[in-house]
Amino acid sequence: MITVNDIYKSFGKVRAVRGVSFDAPDGKITGLLGPNGAGKSTTLRVLYTVLKPDQGSATIDGSDVVTDSLAARQRIGALPHGAGLYPHLTARENIAYYAKLCGLDKPAVDDRVASIVDLLEIGDFADRRSKGFSQGQRTKVSLARALVHNPQNVILDEPSNGLDVMATRSLRELILKLKDAGRCVLFSSHVMQEVAALCDDIVIIANGKVAIDDSVDGIRNRTACDDLEDAFVRAIEMVEPD
Amino acid sequence: MRTLFTVFLKEVVDNLRDRRTLASALIMGPLFGPMLFAFVISLSIERSLDDIDRTMELPVIGAEHAPNLMRYLLSRNIEVTNGPADRAAAIEAVTLGTHDVIVIVPAKFGEQLADTIPAKIELISDQANTQADRDARRVRSALNSYSQALAAVRLVARGVSPMVLRPIDVDEIDVSTPSGRSAVLLGMMSYFFIFALLMGGMYLAIDTTAGERERGSLEPLLSLPVTRGQLMLGKIAATCVFMAVSLLLSLCSFFVALKFMPLEQLGMTPNFGPDVVAVAFLVLVPFTLLGAALMTLVASFTKSYKEAQTWLSIVLIAPTLPILIVSILTLRPQLEFMFVPSLSQHLLLVDMIKKEPINLLHVAISVVSTLAIGAVLTWICARLYRREGLLG
Repeated sequence: MITVNDIYKSFGKVRAVRGVSFDAPDGKITGLLGPNGAGKSTTLRVLYTVLKPDQGSATIDGSDVVTDSLAARQRIGALPHGAGLYPHLTARENIAYYAKLCGLDKPAVDDRVASIVDLLEIGDFADRRSKGFSQGQRTKVSLARALVHNPQNVILDEPSNGLDVMATRSLRELILKLKDAGRCVLFSSHVMQEVAALCDDIVIIANGKVAIDDSVDGIRNRTACDDLEDAFVRAIEMVEPD
Repeated sequence: MRTLFTVFLKEVVDNLRDRRTLASALIMGPLFGPMLFAFVISLSIERSLDDIDRTMELPVIGAEHAPNLMRYLLSRNIEVTNGPADRAAAIEAVTLGTHDVIVIVPAKFGEQLADTIPAKIELISDQANTQADRDARRVRSALNSYSQALAAVRLVARGVSPMVLRPIDVDEIDVSTPSGRSAVLLGMMSYFFIFALLMGGMYLAIDTTAGERERGSLEPLLSLPVTRGQLMLGKIAATCVFMAVSLLLSLCSFFVALKFMPLEQLGMTPNFGPDVVAVAFLVLVPFTLLGAALMTLVASFTKSYKEAQTWLSIVLIAPTLPILIVSILTLRPQLEFMFVPSLSQHLLLVDMIKKEPINLLHVAISVVSTLAIGAVLTWICARLYRREGLLG
């Protein structure tokens, strides 16, 4: 369960996030939707404790991301935007490194790495060094790395970026599996269709503010648009500019 | 502690697989320095040694005016050849570098000698040319000793003892030992060791900071349930180990290189046996913490791998400064110097090479102060990693 309570974040003069609030409950998929530069990544970076909000607060399963960041990090698995691997380590070593850092002991590490390699179907290249991996392979390994310790909350920043149709499809299946297992999944995207096909709740962000936080049907109703793309554009227009 | 060890182990394995890191840690620093040093020293020793025995050719104009002098020169291994046509041609030849030194004996030489008027001889050389100047010095000293020999003969002919011209006889007693003399030459080696040490960890320091950020692997790492201090310490520990290995290799390779340097021919016997290698390692190894933390700190501020490389090459030179200042001012080792890292290691190393007794208090101050500064820098690194600005 992720709770975001009126957070603000500026970088110099750029006010990236200006009062974002929403909840991402367990057993549901929450989509963070918005145009480029809307503040999606900044919001997610606050949630996985890499950035500190200037104002407001956020909690992961009740742990504050600023005052109790270590406990919050224990409850999340994060896939940052453009996450990189260690090129000289194999995919399996990359994943095992994270498992060890999450405090798993040796047998548990081997066990978890083996099962996540199966789950994400990366066995073919798991023992190759990640230097020459394609974007899709890299994303899968990064995802495996983020999920290796079975986190209750999963935060994915534009996970489908650079993935082909097959990979996007298996990613979608994985996200649904996580939902069925009662996890809280929060992911960002700028593709309306992708979010609509998957999410129980959609939070549309524009100009650092929440435009709409509702279900797919709720968004259609409130914007009076049947077409999702139109609804997305209408929602963004509802936010006043700076 | 387990987190720290996990990070440490990963960085070691990761970097052992990186050819560039390996090359700079195990080959560039440790082998390049001592080899270059051995090569330059051997070359200059050989040159200065064979100088005296070497027969040099000396073009002389008007050799026929001074046959005795020519015979004397030959006895000093200076072979007289025919010079250019005239004085102008001689000056031109020296200016152009066709000849290094040319001597002109004027026609009146014999006459002046007979009249006991100072007989004039011209020596043409280019004193700005150090190579040529060595030959000129040799000719000059030969001419001077011929002149003195003549003077003695003249005094004896007049019934005066040649001792009249030597009121004082200076007898120099050199207390320097062969090891002490070698320290003059080998003192600069301490910088090579520090250089090798820093080179050994340079790419690690970059890879674990700027490299990790550039690759995009820093952000996911920071979202793991570990403290940033633990991450930092693990990284710095790995850098320290690479630096220590590099240092040990460079000490050993210098030990081997010394065997190929003809230092004994210069009356130098450096005290650099296996025991000195071991002690030097122990004296220098505290510098790894300082070096690793300093390099990590500097690399943390940079935005990219390339930028980090640029700044770290400046850090490579920084430890020479204290050594350089002290050598220029020729200061004697003092207690206060032991508080200055790199300088203290240098002075202790020179003492060892000189085979002088090692002052344990000096060693203690050097070790403790170097470690203390290293610890402070490490602490600053760990603090820095709590800043979000680090993510760029």
